[in-house]
Amino acid sequence: MVTLTINGTEHVLDVDPRMPLLWALRDRLDLVGTKFGCGRAQCGACTVHIDGEAARSCSIRVGDAAGKNITTIEGVTGKVAQAVQKAWQDLDVVQCGYCQSGQIMSAIVLLAAKPTPTDADIDSALAGNVCRCGTYVRIRKAIHQAAKELA
Amino acid sequence: MRPMSSVRPTRREVLKGGTVAAGALILGAYVTLPRRAFAQAAAAPINYDPNVFLRIGDDDSVTILSKHLEMGQGVTTGLATLVAEELDAKWSTIRLEHALNNPAKYANLAFGMQGTGGSTSMANSWEQMRRVGAAARVMLTQAAALRWGVPPAEIEVEDGVVLHRPSNRKSGFGLHAAAAMALPVPTTVTLKDPKAWKYIGKRVPRVDSVAKTTGKAVFAMDFRRPGMLTAVVRRPELFGATVAHVDTAAALKVPGVVEVVQVPSGVAVLAKDTWSAMRGRDALRIRWDTTHAETRSVEEMLEDYRKALKAPGLVALRRGDAGKGLARATKTVQGEFTFPFLAHAPMEPMNAVMERTPDGVEMWGGSQLQTFDTGAAAQVLGLKPEQVTIHTLFSGGSFGRRANGASDWTAELANIVKAMKARAPVHLVWTREDDIRGGYYRPLALHQVRAGLDDTGNIIGWHHQVAAKSIMIGTPMEPFAVKDGVDNTTVEGIVDTDYALPDLTVEAFNQKTAIPVLWFRSVGNNHTAFVMETMMDELARAAGKDSVAFRQALLAKDARAVAVTKLAAESAGWGAPVPPGKGRGFAYHHSFGTRVAMVADVSLVGTEIHVERVVAAVDCGVAVNPDLVVSQVEGSVGFALSTVLRNRITLNGGRVVQGNFNDYEPTRIYEMPRVEVHIVPSTEPPSGIGEPPVPPLAPAIANAVHSLTGQRLRSLPLAPVNSSV
Repeated sequence: MVTLTINGTEHVLDVDPRMPLLWALRDRLDLVGTKFGCGRAQCGACTVHIDGEAARSCSIRVGDAAGKNITTIEGVTGKVAQAVQKAWQDLDVVQCGYCQSGQIMSAIVLLAAKPTPTDADIDSALAGNVCRCGTYVRIRKAIHQAAKELA
Repeated sequence: MRPMSSVRPTRREVLKGGTVAAGALILGAYVTLPRRAFAQAAAAPINYDPNVFLRIGDDDSVTILSKHLEMGQGVTTGLATLVAEELDAKWSTIRLEHALNNPAKYANLAFGMQGTGGSTSMANSWEQMRRVGAAARVMLTQAAALRWGVPPAEIEVEDGVVLHRPSNRKSGFGLHAAAAMALPVPTTVTLKDPKAWKYIGKRVPRVDSVAKTTGKAVFAMDFRRPGMLTAVVRRPELFGATVAHVDTAAALKVPGVVEVVQVPSGVAVLAKDTWSAMRGRDALRIRWDTTHAETRSVEEMLEDYRKALKAPGLVALRRGDAGKGLARATKTVQGEFTFPFLAHAPMEPMNAVMERTPDGVEMWGGSQLQTFDTGAAAQVLGLKPEQVTIHTLFSGGSFGRRANGASDWTAELANIVKAMKARAPVHLVWTREDDIRGGYYRPLALHQVRAGLDDTGNIIGWHHQVAAKSIMIGTPMEPFAVKDGVDNTTVEGIVDTDYALPDLTVEAFNQKTAIPVLWFRSVGNNHTAFVMETMMDELARAAGKDSVAFRQALLAKDARAVAVTKLAAESAGWGAPVPPGKGRGFAYHHSFGTRVAMVADVSLVGTEIHVERVVAAVDCGVAVNPDLVVSQVEGSVGFALSTVLRNRITLNGGRVVQGNFNDYEPTRIYEMPRVEVHIVPSTEPPSGIGEPPVPPLAPAIANAVHSLTGQRLRSLPLAPVNSSV
């Protein structure tokens, strides 16, 4: 049994503690907004927040996530998250959209730490999030716009 | 280009059947001759019954049933724009659903079967979806007139409101919807004058943005059925190998594993969750029969391709007399160009859910060629096509991978459903490694070209050889898409070049390998344009001419082409001195009906190429949604850049070396150049935009590298640059 705190709710799961958090979220809790892209922390599609930090849920074992505060795209709240999602929508950043939960989760952590990021800050904070559709021009723009909105 | 009439059936034949064969016919023909397809499609009778394409709710919402798959390009927003324009719907009331598989209703008019691709979504829907909207508007008007007892001519429709000004009555669409949809569909409708457009040509927000930024969009990977099992498949490491013996004992002991079944593509492990299925797969012990497997390395294959070019090839085009021109040329430019196998690597790996029903099966997936996928599932399961229902869901990218004449992932899933004892729904999931190592690559290609100039700098002979495995041969498209052995997708972009090359010979050399190949965003153009455009650059220099002016002289008969090259060159400051340490390169290409010119600015960081800026000009006819056109150009640059810089599939004894994004690395945000996009205003019907911005990027970058270093890089990915040159 593993107890996970996800989006403010405790879940007791009967899973092998070695199961990656990603699969517990998707296959056991039906929180499918967090995506499977590579399974090796190479693409960031599975990014969640663990105690406020961006983390690749595909490479974290459920056992190691126990007792921590886990937030998924379904559970993000607050000014920063709203500003990010609104900027993403205003600029129509998405194309296929599959990576965008992860991009948004990384962007929220960046803006929470750095309210006025430079392009270099953005490039560094989102270096681990792959977008195969190549929406990076708009991701940068949207983060700047969200920063302005929050200022 | 070859004439269309010999390969294309009449529209009537296509629409009545909607069978796999008819679909294959048109798809192949379309791919062969994209530009003519538009004209043919426009002349055909079109289904524009609003009952087929939209549903108006009591809440005044307008739900549009998309015949096209949304895989990122914004086609659902585009289709909605066309309908909403003529319907005068309010944009915020628009909803989108993917249509079920039904080729009689939802055929791509450029293919004659249900499917998305070839950058045809707007082009084939342009008339049809506007007429659907216009017909619905007429029907709503008539229903309102009947209800209110007034003449239809006094009814107005405006921004989602039905109005009768004389009696001061108004309502939303919902009030009249049921009565309207029961009326006969008008046989003729009048489409708006372009000056009256409110949505077309303007930016309207994407219909899928909110769902895709809140984690609520449902991709096939996210689809769940009660009691669903997950299947992962161990496939052979060597292409062409088959299972000789499998020991399932250890796999079956893994907790969560329910069943192991053998299928034609390998061995499938079914489990209660994805992780358990993967662990079960790891525990399989399989001996493979490699008798017919591909065991060569890419270098060995290229050596074989090179040898093949020494014999006469299949003549794809012979215009004028290239040999004679080359014999009297005062200067010749020649080179060999190679292009690797490429995996599409969409962010969402291949997957789909299938479930048996009393009537047949249902599938939920990012189906791109629904007609083929329907046929494949039916064939495997011994069903009739009408017993296969496909629910198309958002797909996390495709770039060609999900559109496969072999319907590989659909057939694999159907084979699992057929083989398994459990009667549960099944979710087939490919891992990233399965994807990168799974074949259906952009074909490995080798070009050898020789072009000659006379003493005034005119091109007087061009001899072009291409060796590659055909995409079409061995697929359902072969009988229609391959003529005299030549697969047009091998030589497109050369045989149909816009440049006035009176003495041009193009030869194709079909190579054989067990490695399955497939179209990769922009198909043949992603290698042919590189050769054409780097050759043009080199020829211009050999002729002592500016490379843009050199091209424009050869494009003089095509005003749209000239305009695009001018717009890109002027916008990028072509001709002005380039700052020290930077290189600037130009390329132009015409594919899928769309002309694109690009200027790339590069610099070097050590031996690495850094692309700083890309300026693009496009003529895609009417830009239905200019913001989505811009996003496709930006995205194409981001998508294609990693193929220019590093992506390649290599083979060690036939085994794919790469396996994940660490060694097959897509473009990352810190590599993304600035992208400026300029759209040529146009009143011509829309053409493609999902693919056409891809081909010019690589040659523009290679030409920029040459301008900076003097090095002529003739193969992709571009080799490290010698910065001391």
